[in-house]
Amino acid sequence: MTSIPHTHLIPSSAPGRGKVGMACLIFAECWFFAGFIVAYLFYIGKSSSGPLPREVIDIKPVLLNSAALIASSFTVIAALRGLARSNMGVFRFWMLLTIVLGGYFIYGTAMEWRGFIVDHHLTISTNLFGTTYYSLVGFHAFHVIVGLCLLTTILVLSLMGHIHVVRDHLRVELVSWYWHFVDAVWIVVFTTVYIVGMRP
Amino acid sequence: MLTLQTNLIRAGAFLALCFLITLSCDASASAFAAAEICAPGTAAAASSTAPPTVPTILPNIFDPHGPPARMIHDLSWLVLGICAGLFIVVEGMIFYGVIVYRRKKNDKSKDEPRQVYGSNPVEIAWTIIPLLIVFVLTLTTVRTIRSIELTKAPEGALNVVVIGHQWWWEFRYLDDSFLGGEVIVANELHVPINRPVWLRLESADVIHSWWVPALAGKMDVIPNHTNYTWFNAESEGLYLGQCAEYCGNQHAGMLLRVVASKPAEFDAWLQTQIAPAVNDASVAMGRDIFQEYACSNCHTVKGVSDGQFAPDLTHLMSRQTIASGVTPLDPTTLKAWIDNPQALKPGCNMPSLQLDPQELDAVTAYLLTLR
Amino acid sequence: MTTAPIHPTSETSMGFGSRVHSWVISVDHKKLGMMYIGAGLIFFVLGGIEATLMRLQLLKPLNDVLTPHGFNQMFTMHGTTMVFLVGMPVLLGFGNYLIPLMIGARDMAFPRLNAFGLWLFIFGGLLLYYSFIGGDGLYGMGGAPDVGWFAYSPLTSKAFSVGHATDYWILGIMVSGFGSMTTAINFMATIVCMRCPGMTFMRMPLFVWLMFTVGILVLLALPVLTGAQVMLLFDRFLGAHFFDPQQQGSVIFWQHLFWFFGHPEVYILILPAFGMICEIIPVFSRKVIFGYPLMVAATLSIAFISLGVWVHHMFSVGLPPWLNSIFAASTFLIAVPTGMKMFNWIGTMWGGNIRFTVSMLFATGFLVMFLFGGLTGIMLAVVPFDWQLSDSYFVVGHFHYVLFGGTMLAVFSAVFYWFPKATGRMLSEPMGKWTFWMFMIGLTLTFFPMHLSGMLGMPRRVYTYQPGRGFEIWNLISSSGVPFQIVGVLLLMTNIIKSLINGRVAGPDPWDAWTLEWATSSPPPSENFPKIPTCTSPRPLWDRKHPEDPDCFYE
Repeated sequence: MTSIPHTHLIPSSAPGRGKVGMACLIFAECWFFAGFIVAYLFYIGKSSSGPLPREVIDIKPVLLNSAALIASSFTVIAALRGLARSNMGVFRFWMLLTIVLGGYFIYGTAMEWRGFIVDHHLTISTNLFGTTYYSLVGFHAFHVIVGLCLLTTILVLSLMGHIHVVRDHLRVELVSWYWHFVDAVWIVVFTTVYIVGMRP
Repeated sequence: MLTLQTNLIRAGAFLALCFLITLSCDASASAFAAAEICAPGTAAAASSTAPPTVPTILPNIFDPHGPPARMIHDLSWLVLGICAGLFIVVEGMIFYGVIVYRRKKNDKSKDEPRQVYGSNPVEIAWTIIPLLIVFVLTLTTVRTIRSIELTKAPEGALNVVVIGHQWWWEFRYLDDSFLGGEVIVANELHVPINRPVWLRLESADVIHSWWVPALAGKMDVIPNHTNYTWFNAESEGLYLGQCAEYCGNQHAGMLLRVVASKPAEFDAWLQTQIAPAVNDASVAMGRDIFQEYACSNCHTVKGVSDGQFAPDLTHLMSRQTIASGVTPLDPTTLKAWIDNPQALKPGCNMPSLQLDPQELDAVTAYLLTLR
Repeated sequence: MTTAPIHPTSETSMGFGSRVHSWVISVDHKKLGMMYIGAGLIFFVLGGIEATLMRLQLLKPLNDVLTPHGFNQMFTMHGTTMVFLVGMPVLLGFGNYLIPLMIGARDMAFPRLNAFGLWLFIFGGLLLYYSFIGGDGLYGMGGAPDVGWFAYSPLTSKAFSVGHATDYWILGIMVSGFGSMTTAINFMATIVCMRCPGMTFMRMPLFVWLMFTVGILVLLALPVLTGAQVMLLFDRFLGAHFFDPQQQGSVIFWQHLFWFFGHPEVYILILPAFGMICEIIPVFSRKVIFGYPLMVAATLSIAFISLGVWVHHMFSVGLPPWLNSIFAASTFLIAVPTGMKMFNWIGTMWGGNIRFTVSMLFATGFLVMFLFGGLTGIMLAVVPFDWQLSDSYFVVGHFHYVLFGGTMLAVFSAVFYWFPKATGRMLSEPMGKWTFWMFMIGLTLTFFPMHLSGMLGMPRRVYTYQPGRGFEIWNLISSSGVPFQIVGVLLLMTNIIKSLINGRVAGPDPWDAWTLEWATSSPPPSENFPKIPTCTSPRPLWDRKHPEDPDCFYE
């Protein structure tokens, strides 16, 4: 038996354990969301009383919102590129923009909810639409908030000078994976709630 | 190390078990068929129009008395046969391997046996053969599903709505021919023999399941989801069954009885059920107490009260049991039941009204007149 | 990579307090694995006590050992405990202990996450059991949950489940479920990234393959359960209507979600047992596993098909005939890869030189019992037959043959096999043989008659039954098997304690085995291997022991 140096432990072809771990987390999260998406689809048109989706949903602000969230997926890629080139200024700028776009999305969701609750008296206990809408969109918004916390942490750390390209590039990249996942889930949620769910 | 004898004993024991599963069901059923708690004669004496004594048919899936149960029964013997065959073959291979290839007592050598890494023909064989068996099973299963799971009522069927409650059964007879009056009974379903019965299953609260094994397989009784099932009793008898989906505290006390009788007897029974409640002046005190106290909030006695939460008592005494079959119906049990339902059926939804002895006697006397 | 800190002092020289402390703060996969198994066995005893009480109540008709409410709590807690607090942690514990050793790694990929998962499981379990004290809630009703481990709505709604018992069920399972998910993530990352040089996927021990598959199943099944439980919480606390029939919510939707989780869960509980058997039978038959690639293929296809069979738990729900037919077909289909495994195990024994140690006895017992449970499973897949058998005692008999006769016998086999590795001491063989026969007799007595009472029309989850229906004798026999099992458990516990104190010293490789965990000392040092091993074939130690005829020639 030949002696193998400790550092050669990981077979060269295998991805890092961080990547596998994050991929697994995202895989599990997909199944969690699947439950709520199936619930939403299953209960479309089954509410025994109003208000119904077509009566309350205003698609225009949601489109703007969605554009912001999708754009933030590209800004986070730009930020990572900056980090890879050790250009911390570029990195911070795009990170900040990502956070602002994500924050705008949360603001938009909050305003939509406010309209539903105050103007249309639609809460989670009103009918099946309320039940499925608030839980699906709410869990997505919750994930956006978690992502924002992670991004903000990175930005603050980088402003304090604690982010180093070699050591931390993978970590930031993993957070960006999570952010892309949140973005991808929104595309599915948007299709479910604002396209499929609007059919009469 | 195990001796050969131990292995042989174990092999024998398990083969015996295998035969047990195919044989003992029929055997044990006939052994117990004679015994049944509630002698139907007790209630027959209390009610002149109750069906005469009929045989009790135990909830044995291998003793079918109608088409769905019989179709299942025939299919199940095929499946049991296939599985018993597989069991004997594979278990035989295990025991043959264990006995022949065990390390002998005097074997002290260090040599390892020949290493066999696999064999494509053998592995393909034991993939293909199970696939063929599975194919046969699927075809027979699908065919039987299609002949049992009907989407509309069979020709000339008797229509009954079954409503599951925590923890009793309500039966509403729907047919137009009963225009003389509404027929709502509890816990004991009366049907004519040799006529399909089409059941609409609904639940008032949680999920229950309709199961009278000698007549048909089970079908769940689900709130906000109407199911249908059917059976056709081919012989007279009292068919036993019970709720088969866990429904809370008294799940075990939600027993089911189906009385199948000749069409003429069934029609006679139906006439008694359509008739208005007996109004006997000698038990007026009991009736007044029944109306004044909480009884009338839950129980219907036609012309007296119209509660919806508990069994209709208009023709209470035409039944053989109370408390959903938990106990036979006679004056003693009825009185004990009214006095303290929680003693007979702990956790049930009927409260004790704390009646004083005179009141208790009066109410019991009143209910005993409701033939 | 992160390695477990190597304590400068040896354990024996420490005081009791600091020894406990070293276990509590440990991130070593071996200690965590043993704590998983230990905690699982404690819950096993609790679940066994609950089962014993139920069998006492059902000893004779109209018995009154337990109240109806008490009995319903017992079967709910028994089922929940055995699935979530015994089966999963014990099997994940074995995975935790063995995966790094078998693939030649120093620890799991995320040691701290690993410890986090263990403590989530333990506190989740404690939360569930706290319901016995705290479940009364505001209404002075409740106690432990009494809604069944499947928690069918609407029995779980506020209207039918007053107090907080059901909330403890939801939260306890959810918390321990998060623990299982972190462990699954850890398994995946460890198996993908931490294999020693030369350990390709197709050289991994089959146990590792099986745990890899279990990891996938945990990651896709448990989140669905968690989602369903969140919906139930919303229903109970926020007035949502997911499962509320009054507002057109569907109670069958809960069943779909629960069984979409529930059926893969069954495979989460049986696949690790398959893995153990795949390791143990070859070693004691002195032969290489028959058809390694087919075993891997069968495992993956079982996992895949298990995603599409859940409706077989719902055949009596009244779904349309075509749907029932499809799920019957998929359920039959899953028997094929399971059968391949069975045949490959027999093929491994064939032509071998079988040594009947206690471990091998239990493995043989597994084959015998699991075959029976598998065949009754095929019967249950025949939809019309299932209309008679589902929710009857037949089903109880069936899944106890699979989970006790299958999973638990494999676990006992694994305990006898790997105990020397984990502790450096051998378990007593004569006492082990007694344990084995006690369990075989107890299992057969208790669970075989259940098939018969079920076919005679006895539903499950009944706190009592009426005399005269033919159930008496079979229930009596069922209950009479309990003492044998109790003796079996006591013997096993005595055996473990005795061996820990003065068992025979095992040495690094007492079974003359072939996988990497036997290449290090017993118990292994906290860094597992002084030098990271290399792997040349699925049986690296065989290659070292038989350089004239190594496995790698046959790859």
